[in-house]
Amino acid sequence: MTVRIVVVSHSDKIADGAVELAAQMAPDVMMVPAGGTSDGRIGTSMEKVMAALETAAGADGVVVLTDLGSAVMTAESAMEFAEGSGTVLLADAPIIEGLVAAAVAAQGGASVHAVRRAAEATHGYPAPRPKAENYAAAATAGKEPGTQTAAGQAAGEPEPLAPDASGDFELVNLAGMHARPAAKLAGGLSALDADVTVNGVDGASMTGLMTLGAGKGSVLHVEAYGPDAERAVEYVAGLVRDGFGEP
Amino acid sequence: MGLDVTWAVKWLTLSAQAMAEHRVELIELDRAIGDSDHGENMDRGFQAVLDKLAETPPETPGAALKLTAMALMSKVGGAAGPLYGTAFLRAATTLGDAAYIDAASLAAALAAARDGIVARGKAETGDKTMVDAWTPAVDAAAAAAADGDTLAVLIAAAEAAEAGAMATDPLVARKGRASYLGERSAGHRDPGAASSALILRAAAGAAA
Repeated sequence: MTVRIVVVSHSDKIADGAVELAAQMAPDVMMVPAGGTSDGRIGTSMEKVMAALETAAGADGVVVLTDLGSAVMTAESAMEFAEGSGTVLLADAPIIEGLVAAAVAAQGGASVHAVRRAAEATHGYPAPRPKAENYAAAATAGKEPGTQTAAGQAAGEPEPLAPDASGDFELVNLAGMHARPAAKLAGGLSALDADVTVNGVDGASMTGLMTLGAGKGSVLHVEAYGPDAERAVEYVAGLVRDGFGEP
Repeated sequence: MGLDVTWAVKWLTLSAQAMAEHRVELIELDRAIGDSDHGENMDRGFQAVLDKLAETPPETPGAALKLTAMALMSKVGGAAGPLYGTAFLRAATTLGDAAYIDAASLAAALAAARDGIVARGKAETGDKTMVDAWTPAVDAAAAAAADGDTLAVLIAAAEAAEAGAMATDPLVARKGRASYLGERSAGHRDPGAASSALILRAAAGAAA
């Protein structure tokens, strides 16, 4: 099973269409559209959203994507009414990009928090360099005492840490970094416990990766921080080597 | 004694009547600074409340308000749906299964309703929203509750809400669609504050 997703829009066409689009990249993820009012007008319906939340309720949790203003309020109200039925998280993300990123992350087996993170990362801001204190706890739990001390000393200092893992990979597929590879990359990375930058942008942000405009032959410079840093770099390496499964 | 489910049903019925009567007025207010659907939405929402009340007659005031919350959230469509829905839901939760509401729990329920609106809409006093009707109403209700007379609490709340709604006229909107107009939103009454005052007046009317 995977995390499930509810899409709340003022328009049933937008909700249905967004789900249809995302399903292409995440065929195994249950996505439930809740668009328009109960009588088919433009607006949001508490009834529809609650029914969608009920349909989607599952052991792995639910992430909710919304469009404009009152959709957020309706979703929050529905969550208040339906409280006690497992983890339900509201993602603050653009509805299409956020949904695609969330769906791909869910398809990859990400946790409910990671799926929301994947959706929210589509705001497309470049990733800030992780601060030492963010990983002080991770380092304490880590295996190398050396790292632990280094992280502890660096805490509070303005200087950025050296990445825990890094690598450079040349794109070999013809189309380079377009939507599907970006979704795969961001989806997988957001499922890991690591902050990753790819040529300076947030590796968990599908839109961020797409703004790189990286074509065939471009080199991706990957820097990863956190407990899963090495796995993150290997993940990028694997995908790039296989041309994202494309010619 | 105190207010019972008969009062609650009468309140909601009078609210529905008020929304129908003031539908055009609310539409006009909303046309000036919003998207002119508030009167339409509130009228439709409260008609749905009446349908639900007829379908499944509630046994307690709290049950009546919970049913109202659900109907408004489902049928209103715009932002007023979740805002009023949350208000009625929080009030219903505060009242629980009680058969009768005394002055203190009435004031507490009004405060819970206002807090729900604030939590959902993130608006503050002076933002030119329904909060500007609710907060004076809640304060007046709390002050009046000391005497223990539920009718006095409701009249105080209604009067304060009406004054609060009128006081939104000169304000510049900082929340909702009216805020897109900036300075041009001044000189118009906030439709949500206006409908809130109507609903609180209906509550007093039902107890009289």
